[in-house]
Amino acid sequence: MDAFLQLYRDIVAQPVFYLLAFVIIIASMLVVTLKNIFHSALFLILTLFAVAGIYILLNAEFLAAVQVLIYVGAVAVLMIFAIMLTSQMASVKIKQSNEQVVVAFFICAGFLLSGLGSIPGTVWRVVETALPEKNALTIGKYLMTEYVLPFEVVSILLLAAMIGAIVLARKERS
Amino acid sequence: MYQYLALAAVLFAIGMFGVLTRRNAIGILMSLELMFNAVNINLVTFNKYIKPGELTGQIFALFVIVVAAAEAVVGLAIVLLLYRNWKGIDIDRINIMKW
Repeated sequence: MDAFLQLYRDIVAQPVFYLLAFVIIIASMLVVTLKNIFHSALFLILTLFAVAGIYILLNAEFLAAVQVLIYVGAVAVLMIFAIMLTSQMASVKIKQSNEQVVVAFFICAGFLLSGLGSIPGTVWRVVETALPEKNALTIGKYLMTEYVLPFEVVSILLLAAMIGAIVLARKERS
Repeated sequence: MYQYLALAAVLFAIGMFGVLTRRNAIGILMSLELMFNAVNINLVTFNKYIKPGELTGQIFALFVIVVAAAEAVVGLAIVLLLYRNWKGIDIDRINIMKW
């Protein structure tokens, strides 16, 4: 079994990871740079799908399903709705980036280099045990026992966000 | 493990670049989602490699996704309101909160 697992890691997981990482990086660069905001929303969907693949590689199957359901199914569609409702702003004739592009690029590059440099420099206490089997079952048990308070708080937050969005977006009657 | 952390760092930096440079408010919200995803990748990676006994990182990532959804809903409602009242969602022009 261990040999099989090692084989899986070497043959399957690595190329799949690099493929997904490539897709994520290219698509997210297009998200932040494309002039047509509608196209960048479509590439955002591609990025979110690839991140769901990364979750599956990390043995977080439930989170991958949630990612597809909530991000791709709800948030991305919401973004596309908003883009269509503000369609005059999505025109390619309007400049979509401000004048601090060069400064922002250097700030982000510096941030990235410092982050990438600190990853191997840190001592990680890696533990070589497997995650609990039956991912969704375990998460459900945790949500109903240890994390029941944040779970309920988050439901109130969602209710508040829903009411807030309705109040904000409705037309005022005079 | 390093490769996942590096991917998350790259994704976070790209999202930060988007937040800093986009003029369209919806573009900023989309870049924000990229940054949330980078943080979630980090949380799930640490869950798997540092503390695999319990699923704290994955549950936290779940809450991050939910809060991000709530944030997107309220943010887009504000964007629609701005569009209705200002006839534009250019963040550089919307500076009434500045003093």
